[in-house]
Amino acid sequence: MHNKHSIKEMFFEHLTRFSAILVLFFLSAIFIVLIIKAYPAIHHFGFSFITEQKWAPNFELFGGLPAIYGSFISTLIAMLFAVPVAIGIAIFLSEISPKSLKAPMGVSIELLAAIPSVVYGMWGLFYLAPLMRDVFGGNGLGLFTAGLILAIMILPFISAITRDALNTTPKILKESAYALGATQWDVIKDIMIPYAKAGIVGSVILALGRAFGETMAVTFVMGNSHQIPNSIFAPATSIPSTLANEFSEVDSELYLSSLYFLALILFIISFIIIAFAKFYFLKNKRSRKIKK
Amino acid sequence: MILKKLLTTAVVSSLAVSLFAGEKLTGAGATFPAPVYYDWAYSYKKATGHKVNYQSIGSGGGIEQASKRTVDFGASDEPLKSAKLDKEKLYQFPAVIGSIVLVHNVAGIPDEALKLSNTNVADIYLGKITKWNDPKIVADNPSLNLPNENITVVRRSDGSGTTYNFSYFLSAVSSDWKSKVGTGKSLDWPVGVGGKGNEGVTNLVKQTPNSIGYVENAYKISNKLSGATIQTASGKWVTAREENFKASAANANWELDKHFYYILSLQKGDHSYPIVAATFILLPKEKTETNSLVVDFYNHSFENGDKSASKLGYVPLPTETKNLIRQYWKQNKLTN
Repeated sequence: MHNKHSIKEMFFEHLTRFSAILVLFFLSAIFIVLIIKAYPAIHHFGFSFITEQKWAPNFELFGGLPAIYGSFISTLIAMLFAVPVAIGIAIFLSEISPKSLKAPMGVSIELLAAIPSVVYGMWGLFYLAPLMRDVFGGNGLGLFTAGLILAIMILPFISAITRDALNTTPKILKESAYALGATQWDVIKDIMIPYAKAGIVGSVILALGRAFGETMAVTFVMGNSHQIPNSIFAPATSIPSTLANEFSEVDSELYLSSLYFLALILFIISFIIIAFAKFYFLKNKRSRKIKK
Repeated sequence: MILKKLLTTAVVSSLAVSLFAGEKLTGAGATFPAPVYYDWAYSYKKATGHKVNYQSIGSGGGIEQASKRTVDFGASDEPLKSAKLDKEKLYQFPAVIGSIVLVHNVAGIPDEALKLSNTNVADIYLGKITKWNDPKIVADNPSLNLPNENITVVRRSDGSGTTYNFSYFLSAVSSDWKSKVGTGKSLDWPVGVGGKGNEGVTNLVKQTPNSIGYVENAYKISNKLSGATIQTASGKWVTAREENFKASAANANWELDKHFYYILSLQKGDHSYPIVAATFILLPKEKTETNSLVVDFYNHSFENGDKSASKLGYVPLPTETKNLIRQYWKQNKLTN
């Protein structure tokens, strides 16, 4: 009996270990494949790939700067809009909103995260782009429209995690502050936000990673132009939308390899962002343990 | 008991069905002829029981998969030269002809009313003409009320055989285009916004006032877009209509020993629409068994599929061309 039991345990232990290792294996396998596939382009262009602007597949000229630039700027615009609004929503939901509103509003914001990105893209193309065109001129497609769509897409991530982080503030801290004569604004500003800071920063970085890698919605509204635009209302491109657009019709090895090089750059940037966020979360947990 | 009997019958009959279901062919490639290939495959299945599964993944993918032998046939909008065909051990023949039309979204200007000279088309795509009321456009359209608005140029964001044929035409009519942008399936576009696929370009043109785009004729018809009248090789105005596409196709000068490598752009003749393009089928040389089936499918479609091709906006190959292709099949022992 005892023996059987321990075999079972051993089996289970190995199974879980195997699953964990499998994930690591896939991660490194993808990374290795990307490097191997990108190697011809890395060898051919070197680091000038990152600074070169011209992308002319029919002349075998590939420069990644417009795509990298478009990814960064559209993500930046998204963060500028999403972060303040999302944090505002989170504060409202955790502290200001009446109890009867908390659940329905919280759920509807989380539901935003459940809308498939292609739906956001179509909405962006058919509704938001004409609106942008009427307001700002141009043709409505470009960095700004893409940034706005991304902002709406990442909003629920930031607000949900921030709300949860704010909710972890111990009641005793808030009550003590009120007892000392603090206003609601003082409590939010000086007690809750500092307490939840790590969670807020983490959520922002996770959202950053998501905005950076978003493909479908951006492809619809970005304008897909391999040029560094002279205004944020002009068409541009991003790394993921370049990959989505061009993979299927690749006709030379260097072209394919250049797309892999872009994918590798995206992978590395996303990896750094996520690693940074995780590091923040872990550090936060450790420091709390020490406090206890 | 009854249940058991029923089950046995079901199993036996499903086995029988799969045994007599006929052959199955897999093809992959160009998106441009996909609608007509689907239609042909459907009729072929009804007539013979053989199934043809066509995956519209793009010409680049079609060439690659045929070269790697992962499909029974590949399809490409860009014809391959003999050297490449020999290297990859492929046969090639055209299957159907399509035409590329310029569509616009300028309020108040109906289909065919706008005249754009071929050099003006190139200049618009080069970003040299930026307004609809540019004197160069007005000169050809004295009776139209062209707006003082910026032209939004729409083109493909993905690599495409349609782009290949369109840029081949632009390179032929504009030396500036040839030296600055050139011919290819994806290009370094000087201006404009990119849509994915013919449907993406169609959507952007429909969505954006004062835009211009190029699409396969089928998309113009099904979306009721307004087209522009352009010029033949010798500079005569020519509308985007089936009879003018046919005039171009009739002039083609196909050659067997070049495996039909030929670009239909800018054919001679007063009614020859300048941007028509054949789309091609690639067959792996050593796969004699499936090749005869693929050839049978296309032969069947050549005989019965002209009507559906026209209805979808394509131009069926002229009878002489079909006979030439049949000769090619015979010569290379592709038929049974």
